[in-house]
Amino acid sequence: MTTPITHHLTDDILMAHASGSLPEAFGLVVATHVSLCDECRARLAGYEAVGGAVLEDSDPSVAMAEDSLAATLRLIAAMPEDDRIDAPAPAEGGVFPMPLRDYVGGDADAVQWRALGGGVRQAVLPTARDATVRLLYIPAGMAMPDHGHGGMELTLVLQGAFEDAGGRYGRGDVEVAGEDLDHTPVAAPGPDCICLAATDAPLKFHGLLPRLAQPFIGI
Amino acid sequence: MSERQTADTRWVTCVTRIRDERDQTAFARLFAHFAPRVKAFLMKSGADAALAEECAQEVMATVWRKAHLFDPERASVATWIFTIARNRRIDALRKQRHPEPEDLPWGPEHEPDQTETLALQQESEQLGRALQALPEAQRVLIERAYFGELSHREIAAETGLPLGTIKSRIRLALDRLRQEMT
Ligand SMILES: [Zn+2]
Repeated sequence: MTTPITHHLTDDILMAHASGSLPEAFGLVVATHVSLCDECRARLAGYEAVGGAVLEDSDPSVAMAEDSLAATLRLIAAMPEDDRIDAPAPAEGGVFPMPLRDYVGGDADAVQWRALGGGVRQAVLPTARDATVRLLYIPAGMAMPDHGHGGMELTLVLQGAFEDAGGRYGRGDVEVAGEDLDHTPVAAPGPDCICLAATDAPLKFHGLLPRLAQPFIGI
Repeated sequence: MSERQTADTRWVTCVTRIRDERDQTAFARLFAHFAPRVKAFLMKSGADAALAEECAQEVMATVWRKAHLFDPERASVATWIFTIARNRRIDALRKQRHPEPEDLPWGPEHEPDQTETLALQQESEQLGRALQALPEAQRVLIERAYFGELSHREIAAETGLPLGTIKSRIRLALDRLRQEMT
């Protein structure tokens, strides 16, 4: 956390993640931002505490199977003694926090990029298909294609920065865009920009070239 | 701390005994309280009784295996078990993963502070009472969100619950952990 994060997740998104209602693609952006942002980590924990209260209020009269406890103890006994689950060690240095490394299979140098033209590259990450998430690599000073949204879009900066109508977004900052935002992010001067972007709708490009390219690049 | 025990700190003691002593009696007490609630929660979320039973047993087995990862300065036992049950539900019913943030590195050298633990547990109980005190329609809407009945677009985070204090306390616990690390 070298630079302060100024653009955070919204309460709606944090509650949806806490309640388990967010598509996996958005969940990856949330988990990656929260890995970098203790403010949102605490807010997310607050919404998880609501889940704890809902669980506590659940109907305690539901009958368990007759040998349920014994069966669970057998499950536990069947586990090897040393097979306690450990928290994965946090990422030391590098660019990507652990949740993102899980999906990429490594840090930024392990990404299987595909060129989109103009030095812009992308890599779609494997998630459930109700939303998509991709890594985008935008050379400093390059504009992303001008596009609007048919759905919700989360864009998290991991390296470099981009600027658009909403301001400047550096490492750890996340932009939450709805259907109304029509924006043209431009990668700021300095290190090339790498961001993680999730959407639940196909992006609609206004420019001629990107529209032609759309079916081929799978956006 | 016998005088200052609350229902929730007693659950914390159970998890600590499982962690330190592999105490099956403590586990049986947790199981009696939480397993039916996890099963009910999963059935409300759309699992049939057989699947809910199977998943509830797996959730409780995970409680045993992950006892050393529970941090009572940051969550009540109910909240922690909720997150395990939620992840199991997403895996079993939606065939998706629930991406988790990387945890702060803390291990045996981090001994949770008793005062902070008690305060967090008390605030969790207050949150529970606030949930029960909500107007019926609002409480049902929150429950439906946590049972996974609402899409992310239908969720509006205006819960009417006082989340500010618990958030601030967790934030301070995170700050203390960060200081320990440096
Ligand atoms: Zn944040």
